[in-house]
This record gives sequence, C-alpha cells and structure tokens, in this order.
Amino acid sequence: MTEKKKDEKEIPKEPSMIRQKELISGYYDELATAKEDGKKVVYTFVPGNLAELLAAFDVLPVLPEINALQSGMRKRSRDYIATAEKSGHSEDVCTYVKCDLGMMEQGIGPTGKPIPEPDMLLLSYTGCFTFMKWFELLKERFPKAEVAMLHVPYQGDGEITKEMRDYTVKQLETEIVPKLEKLTGKKLDRDRLKELLVRSAEAEEDLVWTWEAAKHRPSPIDGYFGGVFYIGPIFTAFRGTQEGVDYYRLLRQEVQARIDAHEGPITPRGQLNDQKFRIVVEGPPNWTSFRDFWSMFADEGAVCVASTYTRVGGLYDQGFRHDPDDIMGTMADYCLGCYTNLNLPQRTKLIAKYCEEYEADGFIAHSVKSCNSFSAGQLLMLREVEKMTGVPGGFIESDLVDPRYFSAANIKNRLESYFQMLAQRKTGGGAKSMEAVL
Amino acid sequence: MEKGHTMRTPEQIAEQCEQIALDDHLGEVTKWREETGGHAAGHLPVYTPREVIDAAGMLPVGVVGSGEMEIIRGDAYFQSYICHLPRSVVEMGLTGRLDSLDAMIFPATCDVIRNLSGMWKLLFPEKLVHYLDVPHNHDPEVGGVFYAGELRRLAKDLSKISGVEVTDDALRTAIEKRNESRRLMRKLFDLRSDSPEKVPTSELYVLMRAGFQMPQDAHDALVKEYYEAALASSRPEFDNARVVVIGSFCEQPPIGLIRTLEKAGCYIVDDDLLLGAHFILDDLELEGDPFTTLAKSWFDHARSMPSRFVPDEVKGEYLVQLTKKRQAEGVIFAAPSFCDPALLEQPMLQDALERAGIAHTSFKYAENNGQFHPILEQAGTFTDSIKLWSEAS
Repeated sequence: MTEKKKDEKEIPKEPSMIRQKELISGYYDELATAKEDGKKVVYTFVPGNLAELLAAFDVLPVLPEINALQSGMRKRSRDYIATAEKSGHSEDVCTYVKCDLGMMEQGIGPTGKPIPEPDMLLLSYTGCFTFMKWFELLKERFPKAEVAMLHVPYQGDGEITKEMRDYTVKQLETEIVPKLEKLTGKKLDRDRLKELLVRSAEAEEDLVWTWEAAKHRPSPIDGYFGGVFYIGPIFTAFRGTQEGVDYYRLLRQEVQARIDAHEGPITPRGQLNDQKFRIVVEGPPNWTSFRDFWSMFADEGAVCVASTYTRVGGLYDQGFRHDPDDIMGTMADYCLGCYTNLNLPQRTKLIAKYCEEYEADGFIAHSVKSCNSFSAGQLLMLREVEKMTGVPGGFIESDLVDPRYFSAANIKNRLESYFQMLAQRKTGGGAKSMEAVL
Repeated sequence: MEKGHTMRTPEQIAEQCEQIALDDHLGEVTKWREETGGHAAGHLPVYTPREVIDAAGMLPVGVVGSGEMEIIRGDAYFQSYICHLPRSVVEMGLTGRLDSLDAMIFPATCDVIRNLSGMWKLLFPEKLVHYLDVPHNHDPEVGGVFYAGELRRLAKDLSKISGVEVTDDALRTAIEKRNESRRLMRKLFDLRSDSPEKVPTSELYVLMRAGFQMPQDAHDALVKEYYEAALASSRPEFDNARVVVIGSFCEQPPIGLIRTLEKAGCYIVDDDLLLGAHFILDDLELEGDPFTTLAKSWFDHARSMPSRFVPDEVKGEYLVQLTKKRQAEGVIFAAPSFCDPALLEQPMLQDALERAGIAHTSFKYAENNGQFHPILEQAGTFTDSIKLWSEAS
C-alpha cells in the first residue's frame, strides 16, 4: 500500500525535507554498492553512535533501527515481522528487531535495494538492553563479522562519574579503535577525526537553534513529527560531514524565514499557522501510520514544540557539543549523555523543563509496545511531570513498526478527548489533569 | 542433627521453607530485624554479589516479586505489555511490605528493572536506591576495573546505612562463607540430578527461595538438613523424562507451575530458577583484593545467562553442555511473558538445541498465573514424546 490515498492532497515539502530525503537515499545507494566499491560496512545503533570515528576510517555505518523505521514508513514492516515470527521470534518482543531480522531473511533493504552484510558489528550499548540481544542475533547471523562492544554505563544516579567516563574512554582506546584499525588496515588519523568533530559541533549548533525556534509563537517547527526529519542526517551517517553542516545551515535558514513570516511548519494538513495547542511529546512515533498520526495532531491545531525522541541521538540542547580538543573524551561524553541513558528522574525533569521553557499547554506520552527502555515507567513520569509543572498529561499507546498495534480510532478518540480537555482548561473550565482522559 | 531430635522429612522442611519463601510481607526479615536491630538490603533479580551486603553487616534479601498477592496499585504503573514482576514489586513497596528494607539494589538485567530503579527513586525518596551496573567489556584491566569500582561504590553506599565499613578482611570472610553456601547448593543440585526422585524441584525451589529472606547461617543449616533428609528418603522412582527448565531466571513462575511440570512426568534436573542463588559456579579465591575477586567472578565463574554479554560465547553451547552433563532428555523453555532477555535469547538457544538434536518445547507464564491445565497437557505431551519416540527410548 504505497500509493497515496485519493483524498490526500499533495502537500508542498520544505526544501530541507527534500534535501534530507536526497541525503538518506544517497546513503542507501552508497550502501547498495558498498561491496563493489570496496568499502567496509559496520552495523551499529543510533543512540551513542560513533559516526565521526567510523567516518575517520572511511567505513559505512548501517543502522538497523533506521532500516526498521524506513521499512515501517514504506509499509514493508508487517511482512518482515511476520517472517521473523514464523522463524520463532516471540510476538512479545521488540518489533524493530523482528522487522530487521525479517528484512534480512528476505534479503532486501527498505528502499528495495540490498543492504550489504557487515564486516563489523559495533555495539554502542547506550540505554537499550534490547540492542544487546539484537546485536547477539546479528552475531549469530553473521559469524564472520568482527565484533566490538562499547559498554556505556547507565546514569543510574543521574550523573556521569569520572569512573564511568574513564571506562568508556578506555574501551574506545583499547577495544574500538584497535578493532577498526585491524578491519581497515590503517591507523586512526586523529587530525582527521578532529576535523570531523569540528563539523559535528557546527551542525549541532544549528540543530539546537532549530529546536529552540519552537519557543516562538507560532512555532515555526514541529519538534516531534517534523523533528524526526531534522534528526535524520545527524543521527545517521552525516554527523561530521560537510553535507551534514550544509543541511543544518539550510534548515536554519528555512526556519528563520518562517519566523520572519510568522508561519508554522508544514504538516500533512498543510501549513499549521493557527496553533491552538503547544505540546511536548515523550516517546518514539509510530512509523507505519506516521502521516495519519501526525494528522491527528494537525487536525486539532496541535503543534509539538519539543520531544524526547528527537534527543535519543544526543542532548545537544542541554549544552553538549562534540569537542575536537578531546577526541576520545568527547565521544564518551556523547554516548553517556544520550536521552535513553538518563535515569527516570532525569528524564522527568527534562520533560518538565521542556514544558516550562516551551510554554506547553500539554504533555503527551506516546507509549510504544516495542520499547521498554522508553516505556517502562512512563505512567509515573506522566504524574510527576504534572505535579512539577501543572501541565496536564495525556497517554496513548501503539507501536514502532508493527501495524497491528496502531489502532487509529482509539488513538484519535483519546487525542480528541485530550485536546477538548485542554481547550476547556484554556477557557477556565473542565478537568485540570490527565485523570479526565485516562 | 542433635541426639534426641527426630529427623525431619524433606516434606516437612520444604513446608517450612515454603511458608518463609512465599511470605510477601517478608516476615522472616522483620523478625530478624527485631531480634538483631540490623539493617536489610533488598536486591532485585538476577544477580547481586551478596558478599558485599554481608560485609556491610546487612541482611541481603532477594526481592523477586510475588504471584500470590492481589495487585491493586502496581498495575496502574505499567502498560499491559510490561512483564508482571515490576507490578508486584511496586505493589509490595506501596503497601508497606518492603518497609523492612533500608536499601534496594537494582542489578543491570533489562530495561524494565533498570527503569524500575528510577521509579523507586521517585516513589521512595527516603530509601537508598542503588543501580548496579555490570560490565560487558571482559578485559580485566578495563571492564574488571570498572566493575570492581562499582562494587566499591555499592559497599560505600551500604556502609552509610549500616555504619559498618566494608574492609577487605570482612569481604574476604564473606566470600569464604558464601563459597561454603555455594558448595552446599552445588551438592544439592548434584543430588537432584543423580536422584531426582529424592529432590523434587518444587522442594529445592522453596528451599532456595527461603534463603532470599534468611540469614545465611540459618539457611545453610536448613540446606544441610534438607540434603541429609532427602538423601535418606526412600521416594519411589518413576519413569519420568529428565528435563532442563530454562528462561525463568528473573520473574518467577508460580510454585503451582513447577508442580504441574512434575505432575506431567518431568524430572527437572537443572534450571535457572532464582538464578542469583546459583549463578556463580565455583569457589572464589580468597587471596588478593576481594573486590577484584568478585569482579572477576562475573567473567570467569558465572553461568551463561541472557543479561550477561560474553564476547566469544557461542549461544546455546552452555545449555547443550548442561543438558548433556545432567543427562537430560529435553529442554523446556519457560519464560515470563514480555521478558525481553529470555524471549530474545530463546531462538538462539533453540537453534543450538536443534543442532545438537535435543528435544525442546516452550511456553510462557506470568508469576500470577493460576490455570495450569494447558501447561500440564503440553508438558505431558512433551514427556510422552520423549519417552515414546526419542532415540534413547
């Protein structure tokens, strides 16, 4: 079902969206011919990925969860998940994993082109236990691939200690770099890595500027649905590259133009200038019905001013920048500081901070069945955020890439009730808390 | 056994253990506190080095949830697709059942247990909450140094509560005593494998679980007593199928489920139930820095389990070897619903069993399951198929 529905109008795309699409499809094209071009391929995951280090070795990253979400958006995931479940994977576990494994069974990538087999499996173990099992499953499937594990300690006490940082740096020096050197047959060029990190910081600066633009009224961006387009390049293969820097510069100019024109972002329902509700969202989006999901917000005049999912690949807006003067230390800090590596009280405080700084009317947790790292504890977070800010919370459930768990009617009903409650609250009446909609 | 005392039967000892083990009010812990004035530290599954808690002068208490009690408030904190264990643990916390614990330790097991540590910080700010990270880097100079540091941090945290500094000598003594407990448990596991009719797993299980709430010396005495009683018992031997049960290392199955497997004709000759109690396989050395010794035990002396990453591990090899060592005829995968570690690991283990030609079956459970008939049917069919059609039959 890749054809557009008849009643869907063609919505003009933002130039940055078009550029983002070009970058990502260029990346998949490069992957398709990687073996012919003599390029080494490293499978790794998004949170805490070592994009600059891999680029310094001229190896190509494959990000299995990006393949899964792309498969979801392109309506291929249902079939891939079914394939994995037929081969013995439980219906209870993460659908990203099953989508990826099913895709491999079928031997075709999300764009219809093949994904090359890995020369190395590099796991940055950052805030998701399932990644470790996924990695082991990949290891079974590709027994010849070199295996490298970067264990990033969890911020259980809400801080990064010297010991945690030292441990991460030591692993980079003694495990990750030597294995990449062995794989590629070349020594790490530290000056080149430095240059890549300079470019990362430059792109990060523009991305943060873009996030913070949502403090304007109307917000010129959607920091959740639109945000997932914005994070595409920086979370994948383009951090540290000139294309990455150029993309974020283009994005910034585009957003500035909308601020100047007092315009909102383009949504599936057109440009959202009349913004009734400013919402902060916790949790990843649903990918199989992404457009419908976004429309449910846009139809109600709701714009997402900030989100936590867009921070899984780095909490740049909390001050982190890659530091070219401390190449190993900065990579460790980056991995340690990802959103999913924060403990629950830290996550709660961050959401409360977003609610306040972005003057949100509401806060919605989108809980996905597949992701315990995000979901376990969200109901408590919801209550705590309400307590801290007075901003009412809403709660909806679906999944990442399993269309069986996206119940459009239920979600729409819940969202409509929630926005009605917000509207009543704005006019001084109605329920004051999420209790009304839960 | 003192002269003049009648030797208790294994059933009598097991009955006592069951009362202690399934008491979700932790009555034994409360009693110990009242008697000694000491402090207690709870630890979630799967594995926490209890030696550190011992050396801090505290009582280690295994908190493994409860399938027995009604969940009223715990369900409101978790979505339907999260396993059952955190619901009962939160219920226990919110209803005061864990008030006898001064600290809660959350070892790195999965994302749910990890996030539960943060929830505990929010729900019980007056209690010590300690997240214990375990190393996935197995280089002693890297992961080993990090983990030894983690254990020192744990020792320091616990000392703040108990007022007892964890000295190297105290920790060595604790290791020595836990070595002795582990020896007793290994002996009992071996007896179960040699004569499964003498040591039903339903009894061994409650014996182990009682140890999660009891002082070590008292529990060691119970284990010894049970061993002697079981050895001396003359229970009839049946033509049951010898099976290994795997996947139940964290959330525990209801005792009724274990009994159902036995009723279905299974001799459970090894398992990963309450894995923390038998996770370390050998004696730990007493020389050198004791924190480093404990750290090394994670790499060199531990059982294979889904939450422990081992760089060169061939998945399933441990299970195949265990099955052979115990002369088991089949493997039963019994995992809690929504348990990521067990269920993501399972296909890899099943592949290894297939390669080795070992029969297996699987089902899921929740700690509060009350209906066992489908499991009785399934396990019965499995044992029948082993007895009727396996090569050994």
